Amino acid sequence: MGAQTNTARVKLDVSTIRRDFPALTQTVHGKPLVYLDNAATTQKPQVVIDALTSFYTHDCANVHRGVHTLSERATNGYEAARIKVSRFLNARTPREIVFTRGATESINLVAEAWGRANVGSGDEILITALEHHSNIVPWQILAQEKRARLTVAPMDDRGEVILEEFEKRLGPWTKIAAISHVSNALGSINPVRRMIQMAHERGIPVLVDGAQAAPHMKVDVRALDCDFYAFSGHKMLGPTGIGVLYGKQALLDKMPPYQGGGDMIRSVKFECTVYNDPPYRFEAGTPHIAGAIALGAAIDYLESVGLDNIEAYERELLEYGTEALERIEGLRLIGTAPEKAAVLSFVIDGIHPHDMATILDSEGIAIRAGHHCAEPVMDRFGIPATSRASLAFYNTKGEIDALAAGIAKAKEIFQ
Amino acid sequence: MSSDLRDLYQQVIVDHSRKPRNYHSLQDATRKVEGYNPLCGDRITIYLKLEGDVVRDISFEGAGCAISTASASLLTESLKGKTLADAEALFESFHALVTGLEPVHEAPKLGKLEAFSGVCDYPTRVKCATLAWHTLRAALGNETDKVSTE
Repeated sequence: MGAQTNTARVKLDVSTIRRDFPALTQTVHGKPLVYLDNAATTQKPQVVIDALTSFYTHDCANVHRGVHTLSERATNGYEAARIKVSRFLNARTPREIVFTRGATESINLVAEAWGRANVGSGDEILITALEHHSNIVPWQILAQEKRARLTVAPMDDRGEVILEEFEKRLGPWTKIAAISHVSNALGSINPVRRMIQMAHERGIPVLVDGAQAAPHMKVDVRALDCDFYAFSGHKMLGPTGIGVLYGKQALLDKMPPYQGGGDMIRSVKFECTVYNDPPYRFEAGTPHIAGAIALGAAIDYLESVGLDNIEAYERELLEYGTEALERIEGLRLIGTAPEKAAVLSFVIDGIHPHDMATILDSEGIAIRAGHHCAEPVMDRFGIPATSRASLAFYNTKGEIDALAAGIAKAKEIFQ
Repeated sequence: MSSDLRDLYQQVIVDHSRKPRNYHSLQDATRKVEGYNPLCGDRITIYLKLEGDVVRDISFEGAGCAISTASASLLTESLKGKTLADAEALFESFHALVTGLEPVHEAPKLGKLEAFSGVCDYPTRVKCATLAWHTLRAALGNETDKVSTE
């Protein structure tokens, strides 16, 4: 990825794009908003906001059950969104797309439904040292319940998973590997395709947590050959409360339900209930219909800009930002993997990230300070927290200059 | 720097965050309590040596932001030699100051602690300023956290 994107043409007009995002035009503390907290959530383009409004204004009804016109519109919109997601991921069929509340619920769904049926006493679940809490804790809960063991592939000082160590831990008792595509705290891009191959050579299925990848690069679940892929809508311009679990059909077919309720059943008798087929088997209750439709609008928007363009542009921003921050004396970047998404996690001698975030906020600059829901990553680097600027394709080099100036201001206060 | 920021990061706070006072463990502490702010990961341990109801000695250790470190440092300075009732009254005054509320009872003089008057304009930072104080309260209220004095 690295070498080729240096020469890749960036065909993206950022000033035009910014006009599509109403939130970006505001001022904070009298300064233009510089929004650099995209790994937490992204801002929404007008088309996504309009999709939500339009659903509630015109088409609001429940799905899959009414015969009236509005219900038909709602159902069509919801299922059209599923088709969009399946194309976006290059899944074989929309039946492999389950709508969830977000990446966290997607992972919990697999840990619960697949995990409880397939993981037993003495088995192992392999994760990496880079994981977000959402790809640690569901597996810990499963491991505790089943008396299984959570094993962890370590990373090196640059924040890269050590592949040989990962491979070593794919043992006879490993039932599943759950790995992030891109680290939220560091930005490292894992070589997931290679890791999946390693696991598959031993017959081990792989779940990929793609929450930080889906908004920034083209994801092809068939090329990756992952068994499950999880992501959130709100980190890729969509609304909060909607997410996706991709699962290979053969796996989904064999999985017991996750939650019980309406829509996930074919027939219910007090003696016996027949479950519906996937994906509906895993979508108990009324789903976030408007959210799914608006996620479809977000996907349309991302594709109109072009994931390749986004990736190339963000690569350019990352290089610019890395150079700008490396020039600042006393600043240390945490996470320096050669394959990296546009995340700048850093610490500065004598300035706690929390103070940094307050000072930057007074300049209108939004970053995240803390452990980024990845405490083991912080422990690995021996720090309690970092300041994290995470970029999106609507950010500009000017905003990175503003960040650097804000950091200089913080240094002035604490010098 | 904007004037707002200087209200928050007053010189006393910057000074105490960079050179915290009473920053060590206490061998003969009678109580030791850990405080944790899960939101930002700040951790603090307060060591207290009580004689009757008088704070004979007090110190702290931990890692935190400038506001929480300075707050802990100034807390230890303010409480040495004070009674438990003094400490409680001071806590109430301090809490009122950083939350921007009027103290319920007649407030004791805060002295250097007045430096935290800017915090009330930064609601997300109130917990940083009060972490040490909440930890202290736990230390005063909970006999089971006594440390060994050997």
